[in-house]
Amino acid sequence: MALAVGCRARPGKARDNKTGSWRVFKPVFDHEKCSKCGMCSTLCPEGCIHEDAEGFFDPDYTYCKGCGICANECPKEAIAMKQEEK
Amino acid sequence: MMEITEGSHAIAEAVRLCRPQVISAYPITPQTHIVEALADFVANCQLDAEYITVENELSALSACIGASAAGSRTYSATTSQGLALMFEVCFNAAGMRLPIIMSIANRALGAPLSIWNDQQDSISLRDSGWLQFYAEDNQEATDLHLLAYKVAEDHSIQLPAFVCFDGFILSHTYEPVDMLTQEDVDKYLPKFNPYERLDAADPISFGMYATPEYYPEFRYEMDQAQKRAKDVIAKAGKEFGTMFGRDYSALIEGYRLEDADTAIVAMGSICGTIKDAIDEMRVEGKKVGLLKIRVFRPFPSEEIAKMLSHVKRVAVLDKNISLGAKGATVIEVRDALYGSSIPVKGYVLGLGGRDVRKKDIKEIVALSEKGQGDIFYGLRKELI
Repeated sequence: MALAVGCRARPGKARDNKTGSWRVFKPVFDHEKCSKCGMCSTLCPEGCIHEDAEGFFDPDYTYCKGCGICANECPKEAIAMKQEEK
Repeated sequence: MMEITEGSHAIAEAVRLCRPQVISAYPITPQTHIVEALADFVANCQLDAEYITVENELSALSACIGASAAGSRTYSATTSQGLALMFEVCFNAAGMRLPIIMSIANRALGAPLSIWNDQQDSISLRDSGWLQFYAEDNQEATDLHLLAYKVAEDHSIQLPAFVCFDGFILSHTYEPVDMLTQEDVDKYLPKFNPYERLDAADPISFGMYATPEYYPEFRYEMDQAQKRAKDVIAKAGKEFGTMFGRDYSALIEGYRLEDADTAIVAMGSICGTIKDAIDEMRVEGKKVGLLKIRVFRPFPSEEIAKMLSHVKRVAVLDKNISLGAKGATVIEVRDALYGSSIPVKGYVLGLGGRDVRKKDIKEIVALSEKGQGDIFYGLRKELI
């Protein structure tokens, strides 16, 4: 893909920026402990934690930077940050 | 039509004829007369432009970025500390590939405070991506504004440009200048046709974020645009010559250089003094010539190497100093001549408005003949 002159971009361009590659620690969600409160999704700075049909939450690893805010804030301690082997 | 006019007023008139739609500037000596004149033009309905008054230079150039991105032909002017305050905005304007034209009435940088001329201000922004033109006299300073718009706005370039002229020495001096008419300028410089522009109906952002996977390629593209500018300047400069009789197709100019043993390399108003000194030295039998650099960015390395290939020695005059190294021009001229056996010596002079006279030029030629150089020329020994 050729570069846009002056790094100009149309709306939605940030989706091309796959920030998941930045991750060192990966949040792993334990649905057994989850109370479906949605705090993780609300506080995720990347906006990449989505609710599934059953009301559970999971991150989109394509964009999750591994910041750990979800794990830190989860009232049920249902999210564990695990070092990722790449 | 020839007019006897102050450099600043000739430049302001040339800018008016270029029909900028947005001007934003902050007054600073010795640039003030230019922006005062332009403010008058706008107030008196002699120029249909938005003149944005701001609190400082950083805001002035930021306003120009917005205006240029919105699709306006945009103008600013500054010098010295004002340009220093624009440092980060300069890099953004170039990175966003916005063809803003800015006049630089070259002045020394503080501390110590100096309102007088040298070229440290624009030289210090040589790496910012802006094209840099340097004028020898007020005619050239005036004409280069038209050329700068023509080149900067070319879709194969899309880079901003400084038009530099020595503060006070040119900006405040009355000289005869051939003033072009609106009809002339309209023929040479068509309406600004932005490659892309801000438009609420079709949103776009300028100068977005680039990860390490993309950043080097953006810088490479800017460097390529700088290099392409050589050909675009040649074409636009030739067209200027055809239309108005003054040819600016060459990035460098030789004066009595064809059979010279000693070549002096210089930029700006000092070239006039050098030409007079050369004429006198020629009468005395000394084969001296001048290579004048009109375009410092893109730097005409190959052109310089070709034009100097026959000389015995080169003396490069710098009205700037990269402290801890050498003058910026001598570093680049030496790089241009790398691999040749021609000795190149640098002379830093004229800093902070120290006068440079014909006798100084002759003394520098004598020093270069003795192989002495890479010095601050003309220091007052009793002070150090």
